Amino acid sequence: MTFYYFKLQTPRMKVALFIPCYIDQFYPQAAIATLQLLEKLGVQAHFPAQQTCCGQPLANSGCERDALPIYKHFVETFSDYDYVVAPSGSCVYHVRKHFDKLDQTADVQHVRGAAYDLIDFISTVLKVESLPGAFPHKVGLHLSCHGQRGLHQANESEMTPVRDGQLSRLLRSLEGIELTNLNRNDECCGFGGTFCVSEAGISARMGQDRVADHVLNGTEVLTGSDMSCLMHLEGIVRRVKLPIRVMHAAEILNGVVS
Amino acid sequence: MNHALRADKFLLDADRTTWHDETLWFVREKRDRAVYAVPEFQDLRELASGIKNHTLSRLDMYLREFEAAAQANGVHVHWAADAAEHNAIILDIIRKEGATRIVKSKSMLTEECHLNPYLIKHGIEVVDTDLGERIIQFRDEPPSHIVLPAIHLKKEDVGDTFHTHLGTDKGESDPQRLTEAARQHLRGKFIAGQVAISGVNFAIAETGAVVVCTNEGNADLGVNLAAVHIACMGIEKIIPRLSDLGVFTRLLARSATGQPVTTYTSHFTKPAAGKQMHIVIVDNGRTQQLGRPDFRASLKCIRCGACMNTCPVYRRSGGHSYDFTVPGPIGAILSPNIDMKKHSSLPFASTLCGSCTDVCPVKIDIHTQLYKWRQVLGEANEIPASKKWGMKFMGRVLASTRVYGLGGQFARKALRLLPHGLTHAPSMNAWAVARELPEAPKQSFREWYAQQPAPAAQPAQPQIPA
Repeated sequence: MTFYYFKLQTPRMKVALFIPCYIDQFYPQAAIATLQLLEKLGVQAHFPAQQTCCGQPLANSGCERDALPIYKHFVETFSDYDYVVAPSGSCVYHVRKHFDKLDQTADVQHVRGAAYDLIDFISTVLKVESLPGAFPHKVGLHLSCHGQRGLHQANESEMTPVRDGQLSRLLRSLEGIELTNLNRNDECCGFGGTFCVSEAGISARMGQDRVADHVLNGTEVLTGSDMSCLMHLEGIVRRVKLPIRVMHAAEILNGVVS
Repeated sequence: MNHALRADKFLLDADRTTWHDETLWFVREKRDRAVYAVPEFQDLRELASGIKNHTLSRLDMYLREFEAAAQANGVHVHWAADAAEHNAIILDIIRKEGATRIVKSKSMLTEECHLNPYLIKHGIEVVDTDLGERIIQFRDEPPSHIVLPAIHLKKEDVGDTFHTHLGTDKGESDPQRLTEAARQHLRGKFIAGQVAISGVNFAIAETGAVVVCTNEGNADLGVNLAAVHIACMGIEKIIPRLSDLGVFTRLLARSATGQPVTTYTSHFTKPAAGKQMHIVIVDNGRTQQLGRPDFRASLKCIRCGACMNTCPVYRRSGGHSYDFTVPGPIGAILSPNIDMKKHSSLPFASTLCGSCTDVCPVKIDIHTQLYKWRQVLGEANEIPASKKWGMKFMGRVLASTRVYGLGGQFARKALRLLPHGLTHAPSMNAWAVARELPEAPKQSFREWYAQQPAPAAQPAQPQIPA
C-alpha cells in the first residue's frame, strides 16, 4: 500500500487538529505524532491556536452551565473546518453527545458532526484499514469506554464475543506485532475524569486491576486511542515501576510508517 | 458520609475486594454466554423497552385495567401513596386475620418501605424465606444486591452466622450442609406461616394476575401454605398483556444470572377456595420520577441486577457503599429522586463507562441519566463546594486561550521545580496516592507547534472516498 494514493487526490478538505488540554500540556509527543501521522496519510491538519478544551471535566462534575462558554469557544474555533480530529475519543464523544446543550445553530451542528477521534477518522473517513510497517512487540490495547461504547469504535463484550475494532485492525496490520489477549477485554480503567480524584480509591483500584490483567498476559507496550485513560494507567505503571511502556496509538503508528 | 468514603472502607480489605469483584464478574460472564446464545437478544431488548415505554405512557389506564381484572378474580386491591401507607395496609390485613407469624419471599419494595422493622415493632414475627435474605436478616443487614442479597458474604461468614442463629457446628462452611440447616429451619417457619407476603415481578393488566420469579420456590411454598397472600408491587410493574410476559421472562434471568429462565415462574391469579389474596400497589415516589422527563425511563427497570454485576465501581465498592435499598448504577439514578441531599454522591460513583446501559435488558440509558443527575445536583448546590468553585475557576481559564496558555506554563514549571514529595503528597493530591503524575514537559504542544515553519504551500488534500 502506498500513501501517494491519498496525496494525489485533489479537492481539499480542511482538517483541524484538536489537542485536548491535558495532551497539550503533558503529552505533546502524542499530539506531534497525531499531526505527523495525518501528514503521512496525506492530510495537512491545522492547529488553531485559540483552542482550549471541550469542557467535559466541568460537565461531568455537574457544572454544565459553567462549561457553556467553553463549548461556545470550541464551536467558534472549529466551525470553519470540515473535520476536527483529536487523539482522544472521550473529548470527541463529549462534543458529539453533550453539545446538545447549546442552541443548535448550523455551526454547532456542523462542529458536532465534524468531530472525529483520530482512529475513527483514519478508519472511516480515510478508509485506511492497514498500515505498512513493523512493530515487533507484544502490545496490550486498552479500549476506552467513550470510544468503544460511545463512538462504537470497537465491539462490546456486552453484545458479542467477537473482539474486533478499528484500532485493533490497524495494529494487527503491523508486521511482527502481537496483541495481548486480556482476561477482561473491555473493562473500564477507572479514570473517569474528575472521578479519578473524587473517588480516588476505586479509581486507583480499577486501574491497578487493569494493569494487572496486562502484566498477567504479557503486555510490553500498553496503548490505546484515548490519552486520558493512558495517563491514569501510566501513573500506576510508573508508581509500581513496571516494565511496561505506555504509548498513545498515534505514537506507535507514526513511528512505524515512514 | 459519601460513597467514596464508604467505598474506601470496603477497599481496605484488598483480598475481599478481589473476591467480590471476581464473584460478580463471574455472574457477568455467565450472563454474556447466555446472551450470545440468543441471536435475537438485542431485538428482545428493543421490544421490552418499547413495551415498557408504552406502558409508562398510559400507566393510569393499565393500572385501572389491572385493578378491575384482579377484583373480578376475587382479589383485594389496595393503593398506597407511600411506604407508611403500604406498611399500615399490610399490618391491618395481618391484624384482621389475627396473625402473628409471617413468611415473606424476596421483595425489594418491602425493603424500600422498611416493612420488616415496622411489623416487628408491632409484635409480628416476619421471616424472610429466601436463603440470602434469611442470612442477612439474621445479621441485621440490608441486602447488598437486589438479586443476590448476601453476595457480600463468604461461606465462612454464613457459617459463623448459622452457628450463632441455627446452632450449626462452629467453623462449618460447607455450602451443602449450611443450606440444609437453613432448609430445616425454614420448613418449620413455612408450616407455621399464617400470612405470606411476596413481591411481584410482573403484573398483567389484561388478566389481573401477578407473576413472581424465584429460584428457590419459597414464594410458592409460603403462599400455598398460608391462608392469606399479600403481593406488594410498585406501580411500574405493570405490563399490558399476558402475551408480553414472554419477552421479559426471556430477558430477566439471562440478564440476572445467565440462566435461561428462573426455576419458578409462578402466576398468582385468584385466591384458592377459603383463602384470601391481596395486592398492594405502591407509588412511593414513582409518580414523581414519572414526572421527570430525563429520568422517567428508570421506571422501566425489571430489577435484574445486571447493571450491578457489570459495574466496575459496584464490584469494587460493594452494595452497602450506596446506602440505598437498590445499589449500583440503577440505584444511583433512582435514589436522588427519593432524597437528593442524602444520595447526592451516588450519581458521581461512576466513570460513565456505559456498560450498565449496554447490559440493561430494557435499555435504560443509565449512564446518561447519571450524567443528567449530576447537572441537577450541580444546579441544586448539592455538590461539594471545592468542586463547584474549582469548576467555576476552570471554566474561566478554559474559555480564554491566553489564560489557559499561561496557566499551563505555570503549572508545568511548578511540577518540574517543586519536590516530588510535595507534588505527590497524598494529603493534598488524591491522584498521587496510588499514581505518579505525568512528567511535565518543558514545551506544550502549542509551544512546539508555534516554532514549526509554516507549511510553504498547503499540499493537496485527500478526497474523501465516495
